[in-house]
Amino acid sequence: MEANSIPIMIQVNHRNSFSRIITLCAAILLTFSTSLFSQIDAAAGDATAGEALFKANCGACHKLYKKMTGPALFGVVGKYEEDYEWLGKWIRNSQELIATGDARAISIYEEYNETQMNAFPGLTDGDISNILAYTNTEKPAPPAPGPGAVTASGGGVSNNIILSILGLVLLLLIGVLLLVNNTLKKFAQAQGLELPAMEQSARKPIWQAFVENQFLVLVSVIFLLLGGAYFAYGWMSQVGVDQGYAPVQPIHYSHRIHAGENAIECKYCHSSARVSKHSGIPSLNICMNCHKSIGEVAGPEAGELSSVTEDYSKEFYDKEIQKLYKAVGWDEATQSYTGETQPVEWVRIHNLPDFAYFNHSQHVSVAGVECQTCHGPVEEMEIMYQHAPLTMGWCINCHRETNVKVEGNPYYEKIHEELSKKYGVEKLTAAQMGGLECGKCHY
Amino acid sequence: MKNIYKIAVLGILMVVASCQNDKKPNYQYMPNMYQSVAYEAYSKHEIFESVTGGSASMEPAAGSVSRGWMPYEVANNTDGYAFAKANLTNPTLNTESRAAKGEELYNIYCGICHGKKGDGQGTLVKREKILGVPAYNDAGRAITEGSIYHVMYYGINSMGSYASQMTEDEMWMVDHYVMSLKDKLDGKEAPAYDVVEKVMEVEMVDHHPEVMEERHHISEETHGEEH
Repeated sequence: MEANSIPIMIQVNHRNSFSRIITLCAAILLTFSTSLFSQIDAAAGDATAGEALFKANCGACHKLYKKMTGPALFGVVGKYEEDYEWLGKWIRNSQELIATGDARAISIYEEYNETQMNAFPGLTDGDISNILAYTNTEKPAPPAPGPGAVTASGGGVSNNIILSILGLVLLLLIGVLLLVNNTLKKFAQAQGLELPAMEQSARKPIWQAFVENQFLVLVSVIFLLLGGAYFAYGWMSQVGVDQGYAPVQPIHYSHRIHAGENAIECKYCHSSARVSKHSGIPSLNICMNCHKSIGEVAGPEAGELSSVTEDYSKEFYDKEIQKLYKAVGWDEATQSYTGETQPVEWVRIHNLPDFAYFNHSQHVSVAGVECQTCHGPVEEMEIMYQHAPLTMGWCINCHRETNVKVEGNPYYEKIHEELSKKYGVEKLTAAQMGGLECGKCHY
Repeated sequence: MKNIYKIAVLGILMVVASCQNDKKPNYQYMPNMYQSVAYEAYSKHEIFESVTGGSASMEPAAGSVSRGWMPYEVANNTDGYAFAKANLTNPTLNTESRAAKGEELYNIYCGICHGKKGDGQGTLVKREKILGVPAYNDAGRAITEGSIYHVMYYGINSMGSYASQMTEDEMWMVDHYVMSLKDKLDGKEAPAYDVVEKVMEVEMVDHHPEVMEERHHISEETHGEEH
């Protein structure tokens, strides 16, 4: 501002004078000085503001203490000897810098397999100073496991201890009672008291009386047979029904964290449910869409964003993510695929018998049925289990109760109109549209 | 003493009842009616041992092409990205129904990080799981129809490819929707939807009109037979 105002004043007073040229030169020099001597300075930056900027702009590819798509950025200022001018150029537009033939820029570009860093022309000097100030933040020391931490992570253990103590107390009580009984007996004998003997009456034993009463025998036999049949029927009906089946999977995948806390759509991973018979198990590349960036679970230090529970610790979950990396052949250190993959043998939970046909896309895309209708509260399941019985009665019940979704489906409009006239109803259920025909599911 | 026996028997029964194991599948009446003779998706068979390690889910034979698939010949590298950004445009129509579908797909696959409004504030970003997701009107990236498609197809930097979750046509629908979100963020009016006059909506603009013609004939014929 000042630099600009001087020549205007001079222009009026000293036209064509030598001093005017000098001041003009000085003005030009001053105007360009901002770009010649960069204003970026990490020491003057605000690390808190920098953290927000870092998370919004850089976090996709950089972490502070760990290599990601780009290098770990902790201490980057020191690494490049506080060459703020160069850092500023690189951050604003690294491709431009590479194009000028800057040797340092080219070597970084090549080291990271020619991955292009996005340009950030909108960042001001102040922004960059703040971000660089944030990159100088030391890694926080892991919280010392105080007494509070132990109880928080070891809830299961303390429960077991309480239970075993209770058991021990009960055993002691039994022992004490026996001892008291014994001493009392001895005491009685010593006193010469005769204990009243168990009454051995000459009456008929009760079972003999029962056998002799034929009517009672008949009634109880009928009762037993009916009761037996009831339980036998119940038992036989559950053969082949796997409701509640929750096998141990090769990788502990928590639907609670993914579908619940992080609210990822079911169809993000089970994308084939939209278009095919199967709701496929996602291939591991889909896990890596996110887990390329997420190498560990947010532990208790993340506060309300933490995903761990009393039963499952951060260490436990982190080990499971490592299993994924091993299976998909991802090398965290070099951030690249090694090519050594290992298929994960997931255990299938929902399994319809071969004689029943079921198509996911018909239910998910056409009928618009929520996944939870059949699969239950998946977003709360730490361990996936079969929610519905998947029996024929269960299928048919739903077909009887559910109205056909006709909105936005011209294919159904006409048939719906005719059939609803025929049945005299406003809305047709799936059963009235033929959802109970044998051949729909069995052929 | 008899009482003790009764209690013991009851205890054993309870233990047996509580041993119902949820980690193992239940018994089946006639397993040969339950279990498919044909190879099912993901089922394990000895015959595939040498190919996939046992899984029936094999890769299609080399060079096979699924129905409706169109090759995308832009290379997965920096030059390809620049080429797609500068030259590629969306070849599909943006009708109202396709836009609705695009929105649905966007909310499934993209919204979780990029946010429902495209402002880079999806749930995963808000929960600080994935960081640095830009808004669509970010000046440094200056996305175009071509660059959006290219990035969805191959992925870029930390973002993975979505070609295994969506078909090419579906990605183009999302492409339209992302551009409309960008326009909204820029405060611009989104361009009007394409309107198709025909009863049957043409899903994909085809470069061979005679093929399209024939398709219409076929669809009309089958339509007629139904009545």
